[in-house]
Amino acid sequence: MTATATSRLSGLPDSTSDLRTFLHGLPGVDKVGVEARAAALGTRSVKTTAKAQAIDLAIRMVDLTTLEGADTPGKVRALSAKALRPDPADPTCPRVAAVCVYPAMVPHAAEVLAGSGVHLASVATAFPSGQAPLDVKLADTRDAVAAGADEIDMVISRGAFLAGDYRTVFDEIVAVKEACGPAHLKVILETGELATYDNVRRASWLAMLAGADFIKTSTGKVPVAATLPVTLIMLEAVRDFRERYGRQVGVKPAGGIRTTKDAIKYLVMINETVGDDWLSPDWFRFGASSLLNDLLMQRTKLTTGHYAGPDYFTLD
Amino acid sequence: MPESSTRLSVRKTYKLYVGGKFPRSESGRTYLVDGDNVSLASRKDARDAVVAARAAQPKWAGATAYNRGQVLYRIAEMAEARRAEFVSLGVAAAEVDAAIDRWVWYAGWSDKIAQVAGGANPVAGPFFNISAPEPTGVVAVVAPASLLGLVSVVAPAVVTGNTVVVVAGNPQVAVTLAEVLATSDVPAGVVNILTGHAAEIAPWLASHDDVNAVDLSGVDDADLATELERAAAGTLKRVLRPTAAPDWTADPGVGPMTALLETKTVWHPKGF
Repeated sequence: MTATATSRLSGLPDSTSDLRTFLHGLPGVDKVGVEARAAALGTRSVKTTAKAQAIDLAIRMVDLTTLEGADTPGKVRALSAKALRPDPADPTCPRVAAVCVYPAMVPHAAEVLAGSGVHLASVATAFPSGQAPLDVKLADTRDAVAAGADEIDMVISRGAFLAGDYRTVFDEIVAVKEACGPAHLKVILETGELATYDNVRRASWLAMLAGADFIKTSTGKVPVAATLPVTLIMLEAVRDFRERYGRQVGVKPAGGIRTTKDAIKYLVMINETVGDDWLSPDWFRFGASSLLNDLLMQRTKLTTGHYAGPDYFTLD
Repeated sequence: MPESSTRLSVRKTYKLYVGGKFPRSESGRTYLVDGDNVSLASRKDARDAVVAARAAQPKWAGATAYNRGQVLYRIAEMAEARRAEFVSLGVAAAEVDAAIDRWVWYAGWSDKIAQVAGGANPVAGPFFNISAPEPTGVVAVVAPASLLGLVSVVAPAVVTGNTVVVVAGNPQVAVTLAEVLATSDVPAGVVNILTGHAAEIAPWLASHDDVNAVDLSGVDDADLATELERAAAGTLKRVLRPTAAPDWTADPGVGPMTALLETKTVWHPKGF
């Protein structure tokens, strides 16, 4: 297994059936077990100084996202300014990890973020459905990189994946990775459409084998987005992948994470499953928009000693 | 069953009223008041109550004045059915009647206060100039112990579209009123009632950035009232602090309502 898999990492797998055999040879997920484990890890209470550190870490992990048809250059500039100074009233507040926008909005975000150290992520490859020809997806990716994005969030073709056509999905990821050039590639599995936990595990391995730098749960455009059990399976996948191949891959849950309490549950889960190595914005991100305001309100509560209100933070 | 057996009474725990539900305190604490078990609210219960009140506020303020009046009248109807229960808690029958009548009185004001507190303003120019009162928002109330006092601070706040977080003066009376509210079509979160110590909870409400006004009618301790006023100043909240002990039996007038209203004035060009 190890020998063939290593050759897979260095080059493309020999055949469609070979890839299929590998993915279906992954151990099945114990549904009840993973849900119970995720629920148990979610009960941990984090207080005072540990909470303050967790909040700052979570802010540093946020990919501040706006992916709406109604996005305007002005809104994207405002969001980028917020990424640089999330809490204008408190200069000690850390910056977020990245701003995540549509390709057409990349130049507007780049204006504000250039040279700041805050990354600029762009969704690409016919986000969110992924239902477009490969050359369109590659052109989408190249345009976003050329416009200044240094991270690309691509979607896999769920249609092909669910039809069992793993080779097509694999080849697409490889091609998009190549089109990214120096930019980091995050591969969105859209776990809400994958139907089973087994498929989440398979899609995670497939994306990592094809060269993903990050695996990401969701687009945020389907009803079921990031959940704790799905993220747990993905964390286990990146842990096992590194153990086997020595390459570390990041994880990004996205969509539906709105409160500080939720975010801290994820941090606890990282700590308990993959350890410190992933407790950094380089290896773990939150794809979110409203989460940031809740983190800032909790942070303000800890620094001022009284409860904060949403009137005092920007709407975005 | 043998003659000697006596039925075990079902003893009631007086719980909080937050977001239309009756939860225990998140802290799990209780205390005894006159032999009754009462939930002892913590600052986190106060925080949750503010979240519930804020969530309910836009829709309550957006309901028609007519609808709010109906809901308040319904409260009076349901309270009428519970007269005996209030009396058994030691509230004088005359006071229960006065409290019920006060709900009716405020119910009638719901579609009339705008005419009293607002109207068309004469201006020197080609404009319609109209002032209209709007609710202040989320109001934290430290309530007096008496039933009439409690109704006299809650009703004028909610009739105009505010939502309230009440720190109860008399826990059993306040929770019984909550049971009336819960069966009166009052939307969840419009009135939230916390039982516990004002000195513990009220400072968190007074300093809370998402609370727009505080009513200190039930604060007996002058030092605590001053501390709360100071905390409220941090976000420029409206503060109601009676100068003398209020006489709740007196005609309240429109003052308690207008104290929790903000005036919005609109200039509209005419003659084009």
